[in-house]
Amino acid sequence: MIKLKNEHDIDEMRYPNAVVGEVLAYIRDYVVDGVTTYDLDRLIEEYLKKRNVFPAFKGYEGFPATSCISLNEMVVHGIPSKKIVVKNGDLVSIDVGTMHNGWYGDGARTFIVGDADPKRKKLVEVTKASFFEGIKQLRVGNKLGDVSHAIQSFVELHGFSVIRDYVGHGIGRNLHEDPQVPNFGKPSTGVPLMNGLTIAIEPMVSMDDWKVEVLKDGWGVVTLDRSPSAHYENTVVLYKDKVEILTMPEGLDV
Amino acid sequence: MSEKDVIRIEGRILDSLPNTMFKVRLDNGLEVLAHISGKMRQNFIKIVPGDKVVVELSPYDLKKGRIVYRKRS
Repeated sequence: MIKLKNEHDIDEMRYPNAVVGEVLAYIRDYVVDGVTTYDLDRLIEEYLKKRNVFPAFKGYEGFPATSCISLNEMVVHGIPSKKIVVKNGDLVSIDVGTMHNGWYGDGARTFIVGDADPKRKKLVEVTKASFFEGIKQLRVGNKLGDVSHAIQSFVELHGFSVIRDYVGHGIGRNLHEDPQVPNFGKPSTGVPLMNGLTIAIEPMVSMDDWKVEVLKDGWGVVTLDRSPSAHYENTVVLYKDKVEILTMPEGLDV
Repeated sequence: MSEKDVIRIEGRILDSLPNTMFKVRLDNGLEVLAHISGKMRQNFIKIVPGDKVVVELSPYDLKKGRIVYRKRS
């Protein structure tokens, strides 16, 4: 069931989402050669604690950490570990979820460590740009399929592919709500877009094939052909015929 | 689209119409024609203009809804 939000609800959602944006901007400087993903996770957890928000991923269906940190061929849901060391040229995607007063926030970025080859840089750029192509279609009167289609066609235009097994989601009083927001689809199909809709749009893009598998730890998702992948996520709200990116408060650009 | 694609939103009753239909102004500005759900009828939940209610809409027709809950005022 899709729950549309009113003005009060959206105001409540501003804070946890703004913190997601802040923590991603904060952690960017720490994603360097030699750091372990465990250290990054600790830094994120301390920051969230300082801002008085609850880490939403910790314990969510048994997930053991505050953030999902996925390197290179890992698409999403990577468990931070002391054994995983970030190296030069890696694609590090960090996904953070927060909760404040019962309202959730969710966002993710992919950072490039040091210098990567141009194709990897392009992958990250295309993933980010595809999100913005998607939200161009996010307006009252359109359908959810229009957003999905815009993302898919933009990504495939650049020769990459969209992961099919994982999708964006509604967000609000729960971390994952209806509707599902696929990053692929046909235009003018799906749920009609209405004012009060809050969704997390998260294009996950891989360089070659979109097929994925889950690691033995039950969480980490990697591409079947081990090609690198990128992930970009923001929580957006459609209200009063305007789109607002909640995880990108004014003056903050990650 | 399946049953879980119903859209749930709060609104306020504007007007009471014949045949226990109501005009409802939703929180996002839309105005819909809504009837009372069977379960609310069974339990004799009365609704008057000004009440805050929760309405369910089908994604196929956003002009008609079903009132599923009356909030305490």
